[in-house]
Amino acid sequence: MIKARELTKEYVLGGAATTSIRDALTALVKRKAVDRKILRALDGVSFEISEGETVGIIGGNGAGKSTLLKVLSRITKPTYGAAEIAGRVGSLLEVGTGFHNELSGRENIYLNGAILGMRRSEIDARFDEIVAFSEIEKFLDTPVKHYSSGMYMRLAFSIAAHLDPEVLIVDEVLAVGDMAFQKKCLGKMRTIGESGRTVLFVSHDMSAISRLCSRAIWLKSGKVAADGETREVLDAYLHEQSQTGAEHIWEKADRPGDDTAKLNSVRVTDRDGETTAIIDIRQRVYVEMEYEVLKDDKPLVPNLHFFNEQNVCIFVTHDWGSEWRHRARPRGTYTSRVEIPGNFLAEGSIYVGAALTTYQPLDVHFVEWDAVRFTVADSLDGDSARGDYAGTMPGIVRPVLHWDTEAAG
Amino acid sequence: MTRILPRGAFSVQGLTEIWAYRELLYFLTLRDIKVRYKQTLIGVAWAILQPVVSTVIFSLIFTGWARFETGDTPYPLFAMCGLTLWLFNQNAVSISSSSFVNNTNFVTKVYFPRLIVPLASTFAALFDLLFSIAVLAVMMAYYRVAPSASAVAAPLFLLIALVSAAAMGILLSALNVRFRDVKFAVPFLLQVWMIASPVFYPASMISAKWRLVFAVNPMTGVVEGFRAALFGMPFDWAVIGVSAASTLALLIISLIIFGRMEDDFADII
Repeated sequence: MIKARELTKEYVLGGAATTSIRDALTALVKRKAVDRKILRALDGVSFEISEGETVGIIGGNGAGKSTLLKVLSRITKPTYGAAEIAGRVGSLLEVGTGFHNELSGRENIYLNGAILGMRRSEIDARFDEIVAFSEIEKFLDTPVKHYSSGMYMRLAFSIAAHLDPEVLIVDEVLAVGDMAFQKKCLGKMRTIGESGRTVLFVSHDMSAISRLCSRAIWLKSGKVAADGETREVLDAYLHEQSQTGAEHIWEKADRPGDDTAKLNSVRVTDRDGETTAIIDIRQRVYVEMEYEVLKDDKPLVPNLHFFNEQNVCIFVTHDWGSEWRHRARPRGTYTSRVEIPGNFLAEGSIYVGAALTTYQPLDVHFVEWDAVRFTVADSLDGDSARGDYAGTMPGIVRPVLHWDTEAAG
Repeated sequence: MTRILPRGAFSVQGLTEIWAYRELLYFLTLRDIKVRYKQTLIGVAWAILQPVVSTVIFSLIFTGWARFETGDTPYPLFAMCGLTLWLFNQNAVSISSSSFVNNTNFVTKVYFPRLIVPLASTFAALFDLLFSIAVLAVMMAYYRVAPSASAVAAPLFLLIALVSAAAMGILLSALNVRFRDVKFAVPFLLQVWMIASPVFYPASMISAKWRLVFAVNPMTGVVEGFRAALFGMPFDWAVIGVSAASTLALLIISLIIFGRMEDDFADII
């Protein structure tokens, strides 16, 4: 259980930082407040998290996420407000805190375990498990400075993973390490969440948040902007956070296009026609573009281009089925919509480019890259392509395919 | 139940928690000891070399053209006795004063009672002290000086030395987070402090009138008391009393200043 009441954290800029005694004396003698600017990293943040909830904290850079975790981890104190946490708190704002390069893996396990708040008896009891999990048995007595970065991270993480707190506070630990490491990390966090402990998790990885957390809190300029069901909060956040949202409507004067056609709008909807920035991986998603045809002398083919976060083109789709495929299109406003099946796109952000093209001779009337964006989320219910696997899945598409397995005899 | 209160709000959590975190104190001390001589050519021999070389130098100077009245005790033994405690103080204070600055990520990434950091550095210096005491024992055997019956009181002076070094380390480590001047001031402070302590000269050199003022320096009572205990000389309880009281005062002042500053450590380090 975590109860935060009006947590406020102010930082004094240009005053309280490390100074020399001379500066401090000068300020004292002159009695002149050095130009002090106060930054409110947290501004009256209140919430209650009950036991067993897994809550994701989202927000842009500087929104106060890390400050909130630091306050709840007691690393820094709030300027005003208070909080109460029931149960033993384990916080992982970094893995491998206090690791010493000159010490062996064995020595670092004890040191780091103690730093994370584990008792010696607990470390003793879990020692073999930690070593097995990290896969560094052979190098247990080698100084960690000789470890590869992968081994180092594995060891650091497996110590953290064997921490057994009632309340776990995690910050972006997933952002580091290789895929296999992230996979283990996510899997472990899921187990912790499922075992009825409270988890507070900060990440920029929206799909990880939507996979692990039932509830999300959106921090914006140090305030709680939204607090509720993950899907709703992420939806609101994604919509606001990027200029590329789930809907893009152009002002009449700014519409992309030439003298043949102009693009009015592009939007992403669910099957009920509601605009949505986040879609369950199993659900169909629709992208529709509205455009105005100004000249009726050309056949026009609408086409959409889908890209993932790595800017890999997932596919391109054209409306070849239209009655105007080979015929000039009459003037007027049209809406073209494409349906993308569920269980097809992989998790993550999808950027959509919208274009209208005449193919013979080739003439692009408009092409608007990154016109809209949406996020595909996998809620981990077991009936999507990932099944029971909680880690990161590679691949730019994620279809559910038919398998046959027969016993040989 | 963990309670998070605004900075400045009174909380006894910090002090009582040190006990709860005693294992961390143990592991950090162990780390500081293990790491201290890693990657050095002669390793722990440094812990022996430091007092031995200093003793030799002092003996060459102060048994040649300058002489001190050291009673029945041979001068090298007299000097080594003072150096044993002084070098402990010097090591402990200089390492612990930079303990936070050298362990920034402890402070910004994880919570535990902050006092543990300078304390671990101070305790780690006890390891070198053991070597100094061993050298001292060898020298006593060489000069055929048997410890007197009052040597049972010697640990008391080691304890005062430990408290004094810890207090100074706590104070300087906190100031160092805020004022990086401390880094430059510490070597200088230690130099002056040694000259002001009866390490290579006896406190009896100071006139009786000034001796109690001199005893405000905790090391005065510590070194004098330790020698008196080992060599069976009379204890100057007035000097020892003043030094003990000033050690206690230093500890209280250090804890108060530390307590006021620690809330801001993570924000300014």
